[in-house]
Amino acid sequence: MIILGVFIGSIIIIINMPINLGLDLQGGSRLVLEAYDTDSVKVNDDAVSGVVAVIRNRIDALGVTEPTIQRKGSKQVVVELPGIKDPDRAIKVIGDTAQLEFVEAEWAPGDEKVLSEKKVQEFYGKGARLDKVKEYRGGEVISERPIILKSTVLTGSDLKGAWPGIDSYGNPVVDIEFTGKGADIFANVTTRNVGKPIAIILDKKIISAPSVREPISGGRAQISGNFKIDEVQDLVVKLKAGALPVPVRVIENRVIGPTLGRDSIDKSKFAGMIGLAFIVVFMIIYYRYPGFLAVLALVIYCLLNIAILALIRTTLTLPGIAGFLLTIGMAVDTNIIIFERLKEELLTGKTITVAIETSFKRAFAAILDSHVTTLIAAATLFWLGTGTIKGFAVTLSVGIVASLFTALTITHMMMSMSVDAKIINSTDSKLLYRGFHK
Amino acid sequence: MKFNIIAKTRLWFTISMLFMLLGLFALASNWLIKGKAMNFGVDFTGGTTLHLRFDNLVQLAEVRTILAKYGLGESVIQRTEGNDIIINTDPLSTEARTQIMSDIQTKYPSVLLLEADTIGPVVGRELRSQAFWALLLATAGILIYVAFRFEFKYSVAAVLALVHDATITVGLIALMWRVVDTPFIAAILTILGYSITDTIVIYDRVRENMTKPGASKKPFADVVNESVNQTMARSINTVLTVLFMNLSLLIFGGVTIKEFALTLFIGFTCGAYSSIFVASPLIVIFDKWERGR
Repeated sequence: MIILGVFIGSIIIIINMPINLGLDLQGGSRLVLEAYDTDSVKVNDDAVSGVVAVIRNRIDALGVTEPTIQRKGSKQVVVELPGIKDPDRAIKVIGDTAQLEFVEAEWAPGDEKVLSEKKVQEFYGKGARLDKVKEYRGGEVISERPIILKSTVLTGSDLKGAWPGIDSYGNPVVDIEFTGKGADIFANVTTRNVGKPIAIILDKKIISAPSVREPISGGRAQISGNFKIDEVQDLVVKLKAGALPVPVRVIENRVIGPTLGRDSIDKSKFAGMIGLAFIVVFMIIYYRYPGFLAVLALVIYCLLNIAILALIRTTLTLPGIAGFLLTIGMAVDTNIIIFERLKEELLTGKTITVAIETSFKRAFAAILDSHVTTLIAAATLFWLGTGTIKGFAVTLSVGIVASLFTALTITHMMMSMSVDAKIINSTDSKLLYRGFHK
Repeated sequence: MKFNIIAKTRLWFTISMLFMLLGLFALASNWLIKGKAMNFGVDFTGGTTLHLRFDNLVQLAEVRTILAKYGLGESVIQRTEGNDIIINTDPLSTEARTQIMSDIQTKYPSVLLLEADTIGPVVGRELRSQAFWALLLATAGILIYVAFRFEFKYSVAAVLALVHDATITVGLIALMWRVVDTPFIAAILTILGYSITDTIVIYDRVRENMTKPGASKKPFADVVNESVNQTMARSINTVLTVLFMNLSLLIFGGVTIKEFALTLFIGFTCGAYSSIFVASPLIVIFDKWERGR
């Protein structure tokens, strides 16, 4: 009954809760981002939480299915994007700070070369600085115009919304709408700056500096800047999700193409099948009927193991599969320990029922100790490891526990039931061992 | 059939010593000649690895020419299975990598990016210390558990057998100059887990035989020898089944899993040997020391 219960329960779980495949199996991208201090902001706990929230919004807007975004340590964020087609674009969308600024500005006078930093501050007020507006065509800078940036009046946080659009010449642009407060400030700024430029700056780079022709009061504006359609879409995503509270840099970046994943999983599946077939043949030839029961127990073991992995929502990675295949070896070993013991007990002239009971009892200490020591190694891995190593540790631990359970309960029950059902009726039954003579 | 294993302790230890020395020699000579003891992959050293697949055979020199444009002419470029190549180089930014890929694509339109890993040098250092602590803690945990369940001399002997397995496996992998990345640590820990399992099954039998009436009158060496022989069938059958699985992974598995399986193959063979021929004679030796005092 219990066996049947475990069997059916496992199958139901496996059907209803498919196991997630890791990046190495289905392809995708893994990024580790590290936040760093700047002159104006320091990395702290809130800032990193903010980074996670913003990145989550951006990824959701990109439409990646089942991303994982986790904090690691005090200033790192791990992002995993399974099955993504254009990882490089995603990296840009995720990793850019996307600090948008609207800056009051003035075109520099012709002799800008003689303007020192000190003079700029003297003429245009404290905080003013000299920069250049660059025009691009086909990736090359075709013209540069010096500009003096005075003070930031609005930032990305004053935005209510952003949409991709096109200007009157058919070029892709970003349409933006300010919040109520932002709209008031914008109206003020445009009123006092008619004829002067307003620089639009993204991550310290000037994207455009349109001149104000007339005051704008509706709270709507357009950002143009030689964008490609993709860039407009990505910029909208970033503006909507907001800027990262602190800048980040990519310290680890893995991109796994879907081909390699498919390759590995197919080959490893095949290899696992061959290995299993060998074990099945060996067990049945060497241990006969008990070997056959062990194979049945092994099938239940595999189902139970996969069911647990599905239940705790493990992501299966390549080392994870290896860990799984290896615990199969362990589960077989547990059965071998028991059957070898049974053989010895039968040699001492015990009856079949007594021999089965004694062998399970005696083998218990060895099985328990060997499983616990391996579990210690697995637990250390789980505790200290990250990423794939952790996945390996999880499958290993689950495998060890499941192996302990199936060998001690299921193999045991099946052996006792076989004796009750008179399948094995005497100690010298042909079904027991090859070359076994009392 | 009964083997007198303990009597030939000297022979077993000589074999073990030879392999351990070979491993240590490989590590030392690698360090002196190649500058690093093992062929550490990007996981440990930091850098970028590109795994590319082509439709036809490409000249590595031509790929190198493309990389040289970016000042990366010194990169390690290797051919793997079929027409795949693996490039190991300094850490690249996403932009630089995309640019290099599009250059390669211009020359070889069939190219397929299978995998691209970029690991910062800091991450590599973190991982190395992580690996070190994981190994140390796992060993300490095993030492304590075995001392608790058996006796202190058993746990010291078991851990020495583990050191033996780790040294030989690491040494042989260093000798073959195989790339060592994160899965290698997982492999070493699995090997230690297996080896300790093997050892414990034998120790368990010794423990049980010692409680039998008349056991205290027999020399300890005889009890151990008998226990090793009693568990011999199990030892052989288990190592066979595990090696079946392993061999099949080694022959039929994917590229990544093959490296993993190779390490396991060496380690498991080692572990099976050490449980019988190292860990068991060692407790006899320790027992003699204990009595001698």
